Amino acid sequence: MPNGQEDATTVFEPRIVAFFCNWCTYLASDLAGSSRMKYPPNSCVIRLMCSGRVDPQFILNAFAHGADGVLIGGCHPGDCHYREGNYKALRRFRLLRRMLVKMGIEEERVRLEWISAAEADRVRDVIREMVGKIRELGPLKLDLVPKAEMTKAEELIHA
Amino acid sequence: MPDKPKIALYWCASCGGCDEAVVDLAEGVLTLTDAVDIAFWPVALDGKRSDVENLADGGLLATLINGAVRNSEQEEMAHLLRAKSQYIIAFGACAHLGGIPGLANLYSSQDILSAAFNDSPTTEPDAVLPRTNTLDEMHALGLPEFRETVKTLDQVIAVDYYIPGCPPSRKVVSEALRALVSGELPDRGTVLAPNIALCEECPRKESKPEKLSLESLHRTYGIEIDPEKCLLAQGIVCLGMGTRAGCDAACIRGNMPCTGCFGPSDRVRDQGAKLLSALASSLSATETEAIDLALAELPDEVGTFYRYSLPGSLLQRALVHSK
Ligand code: SF4
Ligand code: SF4
Ligand code: SF4
Repeated sequence: MPNGQEDATTVFEPRIVAFFCNWCTYLASDLAGSSRMKYPPNSCVIRLMCSGRVDPQFILNAFAHGADGVLIGGCHPGDCHYREGNYKALRRFRLLRRMLVKMGIEEERVRLEWISAAEADRVRDVIREMVGKIRELGPLKLDLVPKAEMTKAEELIHA
Repeated sequence: MPDKPKIALYWCASCGGCDEAVVDLAEGVLTLTDAVDIAFWPVALDGKRSDVENLADGGLLATLINGAVRNSEQEEMAHLLRAKSQYIIAFGACAHLGGIPGLANLYSSQDILSAAFNDSPTTEPDAVLPRTNTLDEMHALGLPEFRETVKTLDQVIAVDYYIPGCPPSRKVVSEALRALVSGELPDRGTVLAPNIALCEECPRKESKPEKLSLESLHRTYGIEIDPEKCLLAQGIVCLGMGTRAGCDAACIRGNMPCTGCFGPSDRVRDQGAKLLSALASSLSATETEAIDLALAELPDEVGTFYRYSLPGSLLQRALVHSK
C-alpha cells in the first residue's frame, strides 16, 4: 500500500445486530431487498415474532459478542399484532438505554424504531444513519474477562 | 479413626459479613468442626500463608472463599487455595457475582484511587498514592497491585460450587456444608440454593397480581408500606421476580424490598437485564414522556439492577472514557 493512502480494508465497519418484528420491520427489510434498495451491509437481522420479545439480555449479549450497535424494529404504536408488545419494548428500551449510557455506552449504539411493513425506505435510512453514527463513534471496546478454566493439574486433584 | 477432612475459609475483597455468616451458624459450627478440621481461616484463627503452602496439593477437601477479587494478592491466594483444594466454593454474593465491591467497576482504578487519596476533603491534594514497591534505605516494601477491574472468583480460578447471598442465609450455608461433608454434591457449577424465584417462597406472593400495571414507582421512604401486600404491587422496586430463593424472603419479612443479593436463578444469564426487563414490563405507561416520568423515581439504574452482580454480568463493567 503506497504511503499515506488509506487502506480500504482498515475503514471501520460497524457490526449492527437488528432485532426485527416478524409482522412489520422484518417485512419492510424484505421489501427493501426485493426492491433492490441499496444500504450498507453492516446489519445482521434477527427475526422475532414481536419487538416485545426482545429481552434486554439479547441486547447485552449482542454487545458482549462483538456488536457495535443494536437496532430494534417494531410495529407503530397501536399496530402491534399482539396489541401491546411494542409498548413493552418501548418501556424496556427507555430504561435500558438510560442504564447503558451510565455504563459508558453511547446512546446512538442502541436504537428503537417503529417501521411498518411498507416502509422499506425507512429501514434503509435508519441503517444508513446508524452505520454512519457508529462509524464516527468507533468500535465498542469491551474487554471481557472469560471464566477461568480448570488447569490439567487441578483436574487431576478434582478427580 | 481416619483423619477428618480439612477445609479452609478465605476472604478477598469482602466486608467480613460472610465470615460472620459462618460464625452465625452458632452451634452449627460445632457440628461442622465435628466433621472437618478447619486448617486455615484468617478471620478467626491464627495462620500464615506458609501453612497453606505446606499442604499437599488437593490436601484440603474444600475452601470457601468469600469476597470479590480486586488485587494481586487475592489472585495469588485464590490460585494457591485452588491448587490445595478438591473443591472451591464461592461463598456469598461478592465471590459469586462481584457483590457490592463490584460496583467499583463503574469507575477506573485511577478514579477510585484519586477519590480515596487525593480528592476527598480529608486528604492532602498531593498525597502519595499506594504503590506496589517502595524502597527506603533499609527496606523494600511491597503492596498488592490494585487491579483495574473487580472480578468474580470464577473469573480468576475455576469454581466448583456457589453459595449465594449477601451474606448467605443460615439455611443455604448449613445445607451446603451438609452436602459437602456427606459427599452428596450436585453437578459441578451448581449454585447451592433453590432454583426458583424468590417470589415463589415469599409470604406475600398471594397478593402479587398475575399482571402488574403500575402507574408510578415509590421509594421506600416515600410511602407508608403495607406490611401484608406484595411490595412490587405497591409500586416499590422489589426484585424477587429475578432473584433466586433461599433466604426465606428475609428482607420482605422485615417489610423491605428484595434488592437481589441471591443472584439469578439458572434460567437467567444476566440478573440486571432480567430485573430491568421485568420492572419495565410492570409499568402501565405507553408513551415516552409518561414512561420517563414513571422511571424518574429510579435514578440509579446500575446500582438498582446490578447491585450485587456487575462483574458477573454480560458487560462486566462500565466503559470509562478518558476525560
Ligand atoms: S457477600 Fe455481602 S456479606 Fe459477604 S463479603 Fe460480600 S458484602 Fe460482605
Ligand atoms: S415482588 Fe417482592 S413482595 Fe412481591 S411476591 Fe415477589 S418477593 Fe414478595
Ligand atoms: S430478600 Fe432479596 S436482598 Fe433480601 S436477603 Fe433475600 S435475596 Fe437478599
